[in-house]
Parts: sequence; structure tokens; C-alpha cells
Amino acid sequence: MQVREAKTDDAMKARTMTEDATNQMRETVERIYRSESRQVLATLIRLLGDFEVAEEASHDAFAAAVEQWGRDGIPANPRAWLVSTGRFKAIDGMRRRARHDASLDELAKQLESATASIETEPQEDEPVEDDRLRLIFTCCHPALAPEAQVAMTLREVCGLTTEEIARAFLTKPATIAQRIVRAKAKIRDARIPYEVPAEKDLPDRLDAVLRVVYLVFNEGYSASTGSALTRHDLSGEAVRLGRLLAALLPDPEAMGLLALMLLQDSRRAARTSPTGELILLEDQDRSLWNQEQIAEGITLVQGVLSHGQVGPYSIQAAIAAAHAQAQTAAATDWNQIVGLYNLLLQAEPSPVIELNWAVAVAMRDGPSAGLNLVDAILKRGDLDTYHLAHAARADFCRRLGRTKEARASYQRALSLTRQEPERRFLELRLRELQD
Amino acid sequence: MKFMLIVHHNEEAFEKMDQAQRQQLLAESIELTHQLHASGQYVHASPLQPAATSVIVRAREGKPLVTDGPFIETREQIAGYFLIDARDLHEAIRIAARVPGARIGTVEVRPLIEIKGLPDTREA
Repeated sequence: MQVREAKTDDAMKARTMTEDATNQMRETVERIYRSESRQVLATLIRLLGDFEVAEEASHDAFAAAVEQWGRDGIPANPRAWLVSTGRFKAIDGMRRRARHDASLDELAKQLESATASIETEPQEDEPVEDDRLRLIFTCCHPALAPEAQVAMTLREVCGLTTEEIARAFLTKPATIAQRIVRAKAKIRDARIPYEVPAEKDLPDRLDAVLRVVYLVFNEGYSASTGSALTRHDLSGEAVRLGRLLAALLPDPEAMGLLALMLLQDSRRAARTSPTGELILLEDQDRSLWNQEQIAEGITLVQGVLSHGQVGPYSIQAAIAAAHAQAQTAAATDWNQIVGLYNLLLQAEPSPVIELNWAVAVAMRDGPSAGLNLVDAILKRGDLDTYHLAHAARADFCRRLGRTKEARASYQRALSLTRQEPERRFLELRLRELQD
Repeated sequence: MKFMLIVHHNEEAFEKMDQAQRQQLLAESIELTHQLHASGQYVHASPLQPAATSVIVRAREGKPLVTDGPFIETREQIAGYFLIDARDLHEAIRIAARVPGARIGTVEVRPLIEIKGLPDTREA
């Protein structure tokens, strides 16, 4: 010890230099981790055939990068290096454990020969994109429970931690972790294949993926319970997912959904007051709308509509675009919007869409036309427990001067909503009527 | 990889179907087993007697306790099964969709746990 301490100064200098270099390398690896880790994982799952094994391999590969790149420099293709290192580490780990379990040795051999081509094959972009799609379709597989699909997509495709997902969905990290563990076990045990669906199955499977993406978006956009804070990130993640899908799989509905999310998100800054009060579309300060998102959304919608193949997301995006294009609420082209809702009702008949159509008709033809339509819907009993149906009825009655009926409908709506900002909005309207 | 395709249906509704329709379903099911056999995916299959014939056995502290089926109140009963060999879940789902019972009831797809040490009765 004493001999070494004699050289303390030099040793200190040398160590500081290495520490600096290591820290710098750690930052570089972290940057590459942020941009590449999901692709690396997606490919490793294909090569290793198991989520858990692939995650461990990916982790080991990034840890090895910090050490080895500092010594040998950053490789020309970091992603290929990481994939190949991860695969090697996984096979190596299996070999070591094989001393206790002979079946693992067989598995390691199989993996090695099955994935040997990766070292001779250059890493083209196309198979990597396929791997990302494989990952998305597997996470959104209909054999998984819907809430598991959402958790898996956010964890595996977006790279959110279980804590982040739990915070966004106002639940415990343990609940999310359990959902993910179960989903992975099901993927493994039920042999859910890691593949992009065949063309014949693609429309249905893509529907499921788009549903998950839109669910994530809506969870962030109109938090179904509690306060809206901390949940905006979810909408951002959904838009990122939408972009990825539209880029990887240029399907009209994937484009339509991306457009819809961009156009809705463009109004984020205008839809609540600084104190968190809800501001209706007609009362929003349109100068707060994000013009960049609107321009991108409208371009996407126009692209989809020009192909003539329109699905529900594209039509909803077209409706959102019609609102975005109106300079003022009064300038809204309600005739066009009523037409689009008619189209949407044909594509996807549902009482909620019928309600929206009734509201559009009221804007075009006046509140009494809207009241007749909403009463007809409510009479069928479909939307009796849907707060917005009663809120719409209340609004029509208020504008027709039928105060007593308006008050009763506001009260019914209030008793049915769980969202804080909406409660406050309805309470405000009720108070205004009493004055 | 083996999967059990468990066919569930509403027995009451099934028994109300006319004889010719039921015969047709059975004939189609038999036909399916031959198709699966030809493609090397068939292991075993059989329809089951109605749930009313079912007996429940428990063995507690060495004593067998025999009772009537406990699940009569559920609407869907197990009507039969196909034991198949499939590459992965998607192949199993494609076969499940061809089971005639899927048109009137539901087919549950369950992967088997492959364990060692069982007598090998399956012909090569």
C-alpha cells in the first residue's frame, strides 16, 4: 500500500483523466441509448425469442459499450454492435448456466446457429423497421388484455418506466409491473409469434394498434379521472407512436389518426384556463392554437382524403381540420361538419357520434333542431348515463330560454361526470342560470 | 407445440337445433380432423356428452367425494375438444377458426405445458 501511495500524484492524475473519459463516454452511450435502445431491443427479441432475455441482453450490451467504446472508440454502426454484443452476451450467459442445466446448452447452440447470419449480414434499415413493427403488433396483440396492451406498448415500444406509466394512469407501479410480467408470460407461453401480421389479417390487427395509440392519447388529453397534470406526456408519446406507425406503415387510417391527434393536440394551450377551467371550442382563444401542428394535420388529412379511402379516424381528423381552419367560432363551416358526421355515422354507427352530429346540426339549424335530435337519442336509452348527452340537452334548453329544463339536465350531467374540470364547468353554468 | 382447442357452446340452444343441422356440424368436425391429420397437425379430438352427465370428484384426506357438476348455472358448456400440433398461436387460431363449433359457440385456445416423463402413446 505504501509503495503505491508514493506515486499518488500521478495515479490521481491518471484516474481523473480516465474518470473524465468514462463520464464522457457514458454521456455518449446515454445519447445512443435514447435514440437506439428501442430498436436494439426490438431486434434482440426477434433474435433471442424472449422479452426477458432480450431486455437483459440489451442492458448488458449498453453496459459493455461504456467500457469498450472508451477503449476502442465508437464503432461505425453502434446499433449493429449493440445487437451483436447483446446476442453474444445472452448466448454466453446461457452457456455459463448450462453447466447446471443441459437443456440450456442445446438452446444456446440453436440460438447461435439460428442467428449466425447477423454477423455476416450488414444491418440494413428495412429489417430493423420490421422489428419495430413486430414489437408494436406483439404488444398490441388481441390475446392480451386491453390494459396490458397499453402498458406493454408504453413500456416496450416507448421505453417508459413502470413508474412513469403508473403515474400517468394514477395507479401503483406494482400493478403496472404485474400487468407487464403477465403479458410477457402470456406471449411466451401461448406462443404469440413475433411477427407483422399477414396482409389478410393486417386491417384488423392495425385497428387494434391504432385503438391502443388513441387510447393513450385520450388518456393524456382528457384525463378520465382526477387532475390533468403529469398526464400530458401521454399525448406526446401517442403522437410519437402515431408518427412511427405512419412512417413504418403508410396506411390511410394510420395517417388519419396521426392527423387527428395533431389537430386535437394543437388546441391544448387554449382548452383550459390558467386555473384549470375547461374552455369550450367556441370560447377558445384561437391565437393560442398551435399552427405548426394544424398545418401538419391538415396536410395529412388532405393526403388521405385525396386517396378516397376514408375510415373513422380520417373523417374525425377532417372534422377537426374544419374547426382548425375557421378563423373565428362564427366562421365555422357547420354545413361541412354535419356532412362529415353523416359520413362518420355510416363508417362507424354509434350513439356518441350521433350525439355529436346532433350538436353540429344545432349549430347549423338552431337549438330547437338539436333538442329534438338529442331527445330522440335519449328516448332510446342509449346515452342515458352519458353526461355529455345531458350537458348538450341542457345547453339547447338554456339557449331556448327553457331554464327549468336546462337546470334539470345540467344537474343530471353533473351527477354523471367524474372529471374535475367538467364538474366545475357544469357547476358554473348552473350558477349562471340561477342568477 | 401442442394446443388444446376447447369448444364451448350453449347446450340448450344446441339441443334446440334440428337433427340435420347437428349431424352437419358433426360431419364437418370429423372432416376437419382428417384435414388436420393430413397436414400433421392432428393429435386427438372428441365431442363430449352433455354437462348433465358430468360427475365431480374430490379426494380429500384419502376419501373420494363425488358430487354433481357444480357449474350448471353457467350458460356455456364444454362440448368437445381438439388437441392439435401448431407452430405458434397464430396457426392455432387459424385452426380454431375452422372448428365448426366456433360458428355457434366459442373455441378457447390453450397451450399445453410440455412435460417429460409421460408415456409416449402417439404414433410417429
